[in-house]
Amino acid sequence: MSALSGLLDILKGDAQADRVVPRRGHSVRLTLFTSGAMAFLAVFALALSLASGRLADRWSEALARSSTIRISAPAAQMEAQIWAVLEVLEQTPGVASARALSEEEQRDLLEPWFGPDLPLEDLPVPRLVEVIETAEGYDPDGLRLRLAAEAPGAVLDDHTRWRRPLVRAAERLRSLGWISLALILGSVAAMVTLAAQSALAANVKVIRVLRLVGARDHYIARAFVRRFTLRALTGATVGTALGMIAIALLPSAQEEGGFLTGLGFAGLHWLWPLTVPILSAITAFWATRAAAFKTLRSLP
Amino acid sequence: MIELQDAAYGYGGGSLLSDINLRLAPGSFHFLTGPSGAGKTTFLKLCYADLHATSGRVTLFDQDTSEMSRDDVAQARQRMGVVHQDCEFLDHLPLSENIALPLTVAGRGGAEQDGNLSELMGWVGLSARADALPPELSGGERQRAALARAVITDPDVILADEPTGNIDWEMSLRLLQLLVELNRMGKTILIATHDLALIRAAKAQVSARVLRIAGGRLQLAGADL
Ligand SMILES: Nc1ncnc2c1ncn2[C@@H]1O[C@H](COP(=O)(O)OP(=O)(O)O)[C@@H](O)[C@H]1O
Ligand SMILES: [Mg+2]
Repeated sequence: MSALSGLLDILKGDAQADRVVPRRGHSVRLTLFTSGAMAFLAVFALALSLASGRLADRWSEALARSSTIRISAPAAQMEAQIWAVLEVLEQTPGVASARALSEEEQRDLLEPWFGPDLPLEDLPVPRLVEVIETAEGYDPDGLRLRLAAEAPGAVLDDHTRWRRPLVRAAERLRSLGWISLALILGSVAAMVTLAAQSALAANVKVIRVLRLVGARDHYIARAFVRRFTLRALTGATVGTALGMIAIALLPSAQEEGGFLTGLGFAGLHWLWPLTVPILSAITAFWATRAAAFKTLRSLP
Repeated sequence: MIELQDAAYGYGGGSLLSDINLRLAPGSFHFLTGPSGAGKTTFLKLCYADLHATSGRVTLFDQDTSEMSRDDVAQARQRMGVVHQDCEFLDHLPLSENIALPLTVAGRGGAEQDGNLSELMGWVGLSARADALPPELSGGERQRAALARAVITDPDVILADEPTGNIDWEMSLRLLQLLVELNRMGKTILIATHDLALIRAAKAQVSARVLRIAGGRLQLAGADL
């Protein structure tokens, strides 16, 4: 029996098979509560993973290994300094390419601040050189020293570099989120195994009667498996719904908002939490099944 | 159908049953007697593979019980009706569902059970108790329910362990009547009992063989019954 067909079998249901095992309120409530609480936590772990993943992607894109050199010089020296800078860059290890922005490009960059009719040639506007570094990167302090020597009007601006450790942290946070999810599912498996074992132990007499009237192990196991799978599914559905509501109610994130306000699901990511109840049910299914067959094998 | 060849059963170094040879032919009717503690219940447990012979062979529907898997045993039990001496039920299910349980676990619940069930419950005098839970029943009611549960699947073989132990004479005869009818329909029947009056009543209606366990061995009882 494959997991999916077994699960569908159980959801379609054989109410009679379910009834042969007595309902004991205590373990019902415990299983419901625990799987609900675990699902609630899983939704947050998922949100954390997805949000920190988004953050890492956005920031590392912004980095894109580029920086700028700003050159302020009297108009007469401008060309010479640009050439000097480009020459220094050509000889700097860790620089993949460098290019002076044309006047049109600079006008486009400044347009949002100064309007379209900016007379660039008449203004002492610094010129920009875009530097793309290699994967290894260059040594910013060394470059600064050499620029000071060759082109006194050049200033290296590598402001995006400070984000690099943040990207690493965001990536780490994403992995921790996924590990938490795995641990939560593992806890669901452990909890359901314990609950199923105690239910089986409490029903030794029921199992004996069922066997005397010709019930196969498969039939007996299914009664327990169905019970626990449905409980885990119900609990996890409620827990997931509450978790999603809690996340939807977080203050809304702005595009460049801080990390905390960015915690949540974006667009299609809202579908991800829906896998939590399904995964919980599949986990409960396998855990109960394993516990049931183990117990049934051990009973004479 | 059920065959024991040189079968023996012992525990703790002692021997309870030995040199048992018996073949329950299809359609036969047997009684098994013997004093309390002689091993009648143990004998029946060997026949429905609840216990395994410590030596010799027990064959159930042409399968050696010592080689049967749990699924094989379950399948064989679906073809048998057994009235256990202790008459255990599922205490959380009403009597009618308990009586239908062998059909339910065999996946034959629903339409098949409805007609037979109410007729059978009427026959054993339990119609009014259909919704009662087993713990609410008297000893006699439990035994009648156990017999109904044993025959609900229309089994090939019926094994009954003291089925009339707690039951008044009139109801005993009624239950016997049911078993005799089933035997006439071709069912194989083995009843363990120390109720000699019941055996005499049966012998007036069918040709039944009477076996006795004495000293751990199986003997054919004399004509004195
Ligand atoms: N595995 C066992 N361990 C201990 N005692 C047993 C075991 N099997 C049977 N007995 C004992 O053997 C005797 C025969 O039991 P039983 O078959 O129930 O006899 P009967 O049904 O004829 O009264 C009883 O005293 C019972 O306690
Ligand atoms: Mg007995």
